[in-house]
Amino acid sequence: MDNIVIETDLLTKRFGNFTAVDQISFQVTKGEIFGFLGANGAGKTTAMRMLCGLSIPTSGTGTVAGYDITKQSEMVKRNIGYMSQKFSLYEDLKVWENIRLYGGIYGLNEKEIAEKTDRLLQTLQFESERNTMVKSLPLGWKQKLAFSVAIFHEPKIVFLDEPTGGVDPVTRRQFWELIYEASDRGITVFVTTHYMDEAEYCHRVSIMVDGRIEALDSPKNLKQQYGVKNMQEVFYHLAQTAKRGD
Amino acid sequence: MAAISVNKISKSYRNIRALQEISFEVKPGELFGIIGPDGAGKTTLFRILTTLMVPEEGTATVNGLDVVTDYKEIRKQVGYMPGRFSLYQDMTVEENLSFFATLFGTTVRENYDLVKDIYQPLEKFKTRRAGKLSGGMKQKLALSCALIHKPSVLFLDEPTTGVDPVSRKDFWEMLRRLKKQGITIVVSTPYMDEAVLCDRIGLIREGEFMRIATPQEIIGSYQEILWAVRSSKMSALLAELRTFEGIKSCFSFGDTLHITVSNEQLLPATLKSILENNGHTDVDVYPIQATIEDCYMLLAK
Repeated sequence: MDNIVIETDLLTKRFGNFTAVDQISFQVTKGEIFGFLGANGAGKTTAMRMLCGLSIPTSGTGTVAGYDITKQSEMVKRNIGYMSQKFSLYEDLKVWENIRLYGGIYGLNEKEIAEKTDRLLQTLQFESERNTMVKSLPLGWKQKLAFSVAIFHEPKIVFLDEPTGGVDPVTRRQFWELIYEASDRGITVFVTTHYMDEAEYCHRVSIMVDGRIEALDSPKNLKQQYGVKNMQEVFYHLAQTAKRGD
Repeated sequence: MAAISVNKISKSYRNIRALQEISFEVKPGELFGIIGPDGAGKTTLFRILTTLMVPEEGTATVNGLDVVTDYKEIRKQVGYMPGRFSLYQDMTVEENLSFFATLFGTTVRENYDLVKDIYQPLEKFKTRRAGKLSGGMKQKLALSCALIHKPSVLFLDEPTTGVDPVSRKDFWEMLRRLKKQGITIVVSTPYMDEAVLCDRIGLIREGEFMRIATPQEIIGSYQEILWAVRSSKMSALLAELRTFEGIKSCFSFGDTLHITVSNEQLLPATLKSILENNGHTDVDVYPIQATIEDCYMLLAK
């Protein structure tokens, strides 16, 4: 199907005799906001690294943006965006320099970059910060800018690894409004978070336990299935079954 | 005597004011939470109180000792778990713990009772290097090392950041148990839902406390008319309520939107039927009690 942008089949990663990711199979569609949840050590980061073409699976297969994650990892990297809380922008570069750098890395030409930069700064109402060093921006602004830079080359999918950790309550919500806009434009958003209220904002959510996907459905259906009133309780219910020592 | 007393502390980094005339007190045995986002000044405050940094203005005491002149004595009496993992990665679990005990002129055996609860799950990994531990285990080891010299005041800087909800819950249960032993605890967190687990909290923003009180008092003094709203199309609902006359603010809160209402004549049932007339289905509108996050957002405006 054309609409599927991420697909994995029995995707597995072993380190020695430790199975970090254990035969996960799932699909994500175009424009979907897909929440990728799990306790620390459940295998989220390892799975995400494979999907981004940064780690070769031990067994199983996966395609991202139409490319095989094992054989065409360079093409995967060109067609995705990535942002994490820990690393997003270069602190010692100005706002416009960061945008220029990422635009260049993703192969956009000068003219495209210039036009898109203007539009981006306008949308974020950041025009007055064009020449500001990123390190002197408030965290919330940085995260909004980092997200916009991650989708600057109009990737099919953007991977967000705990994008809102430590961000103030209002900015955290504005950030999710940016996610919704991207999703409305047809960009698939693959996001991890430890805020369970944010799990409710996703179209579908998967919960990993001990390297496997133990649940995958819309928040509404998951709550119904487990007979609980919020995603926090769904998460407790599943994560407590973990046997793997954290 | 207060366990901690802070009087008009200020601190700047070049042209950024990290802390602006902060004042507060923590009582002995209290669990005091400093709640706010990254960049609000939490870490700077911890560094000053643990004598790792000198304030530019103002004074502060811990156990009655001055943070500038009595720093040597304070260091013996407080435990500090910094936000970044700061144990020796190349030393084993056991070596780290005994190293910190030795630094403070004591032994693991002497104070084992205090850390027993927290350290026990680590016993079976005691020969593993600290750098090879999982996140949750590192956190337990760091807390054990901060406690091994039996401090009377414990400072925990964002111990639960980046930690999953289940491990966060476990961590707060450990803190409740420590509190029962009479230790004064100051803990910072960006997670607003953790505020209700503290005896008293300070809501911090841009280097200033907006409010210091018990979580119940803060929630109780919330004056706005606050409703939860839900329909089958949440993003359309958000856009509509943002422009709705008589509604002051509208934000996502999990599977509902929280709105504050300025029009006192408006009733939940009226809003519900207006929304239904505008094409929304499965509409729910009902009054709710504010959470700490609602209070924070209102105060931050």
